[in-house]
Amino acid sequence: MVESKYNMAEEIKVFRSWSSPFALRIIWALKLKGVEFDTVYEDLTNKSPLLLQYNPIHKKVPVLVHNGKVICESLVILEYIDETWKQNPLLPEDPHQKSNARFWAKFGDDKVSSSIWSDVLMKEGKEQEEGISASMENLKYLEEEIRGKKFFGGETIGLADIALGWLAYHLVIFEETLGLKLIDQEKFPSLAAWKQEFANAPIIRENWPDRDKLVTKFVVMREANLGKGTPK
Amino acid sequence: MASDQVTLLDLWASPFGMRVRLALAEKGVKYEYSEQDLVNKSALLLQMNPVHKKIPVLVHNGKPVCESLIIVQYIDEAWKDKAPLLPSDPYQRAQSRFWADFVDKKIYDLGRKIWTEKGEDQEAAKKGFIDSLKLLEGELGDKPYFGGETIGYVDIALVPFYTWFYAYETTGNFNIEAECPKMIAYCKRCLQKETVSKSLEDPKKVYDFVVMLRKKFGLE
Repeated sequence: MVESKYNMAEEIKVFRSWSSPFALRIIWALKLKGVEFDTVYEDLTNKSPLLLQYNPIHKKVPVLVHNGKVICESLVILEYIDETWKQNPLLPEDPHQKSNARFWAKFGDDKVSSSIWSDVLMKEGKEQEEGISASMENLKYLEEEIRGKKFFGGETIGLADIALGWLAYHLVIFEETLGLKLIDQEKFPSLAAWKQEFANAPIIRENWPDRDKLVTKFVVMREANLGKGTPK
Repeated sequence: MASDQVTLLDLWASPFGMRVRLALAEKGVKYEYSEQDLVNKSALLLQMNPVHKKIPVLVHNGKPVCESLIIVQYIDEAWKDKAPLLPSDPYQRAQSRFWADFVDKKIYDLGRKIWTEKGEDQEAAKKGFIDSLKLLEGELGDKPYFGGETIGYVDIALVPFYTWFYAYETTGNFNIEAECPKMIAYCKRCLQKETVSKSLEDPKKVYDFVVMLRKKFGLE
């Protein structure tokens, strides 16, 4: 039984790493809702027995523990948070709009992020060029969707903004490190504007990870990936 | 509502399409089924799913919903007066979403590798597939369905893949029932329900479809 410092004897714990953009989603969601919580930082090269007990299937962060109930997978956790703490909703009420928000969050994870990470950031030369082309196609869809809106969620930050949030900070840093630009002002003006809006929004702007640490980690990961790759 | 216009853009053999058919059947929703040609995609499909250009797509009063599990959740929310597919408690809902996501991450991809790969890659896929089914068996426990006493979200996510098991077994030369008898018993139990049996396709027909695809991709 964990002793709680909160009035309601609520246990709310987030297992995260300092750099994981998936775990950051949970931090944002809880803080946007004004929910107080404890943080457990994990070293993902040396996972704690508790993490492995809480997430035996995927063995990843984030994990949310709420009064002994364990929830894994960031998008699943976000929906749980939205259903449990109803202030500042992350999803609209209307079923069709809700499905739209879920669609863009999933598109972000399945297509945008995976192709940018694996096929652009972790590649070089011709392979990277092909990855950039494919990513541009995906970014065009995001550009159309955000056009005329402050956030993907409309006037306020929603599920899709949180899922795509890494584009507004992590990607910018990685782009600068590599000297390339995916979301450029000319090609994607609405998406570029969203990046500014999101990165500087209250709560969001106070929780970004350390820039220099992120650069170091990224460079190490990229070199490891390129080292393992096939010869040019 | 009597004035509801519901159309499902689908492909008969798609387990993702079957999920939507099953959800609509559980809710007793009347709809128009529109079989799609994925080689020559229709203008309607491209209009309703411009991003992925895939099926299934649910069109409800002119508005499209894409991605099978997103559609199933939409169906649950739009027709909320009957047969809830997700539990009402947020933690139970999170558990259902976790396991449906697990089915998405594991069963389709590993199953696909079984019928498209050979040698070591195929063996690895078979092992991963069986391991995943065993984890699902563990989650099912002693319940008749993942949804408890009635069919729910995880059942809808999973059971359509049963129609592809025969194709996986035949192309992969292994026996799923020998490794996961509980899973097969569960699938057969589901099929006893009319909503399931009328939403799922004949495994032998699915196998013929896979043979056709293998020839087309030069895998035979």
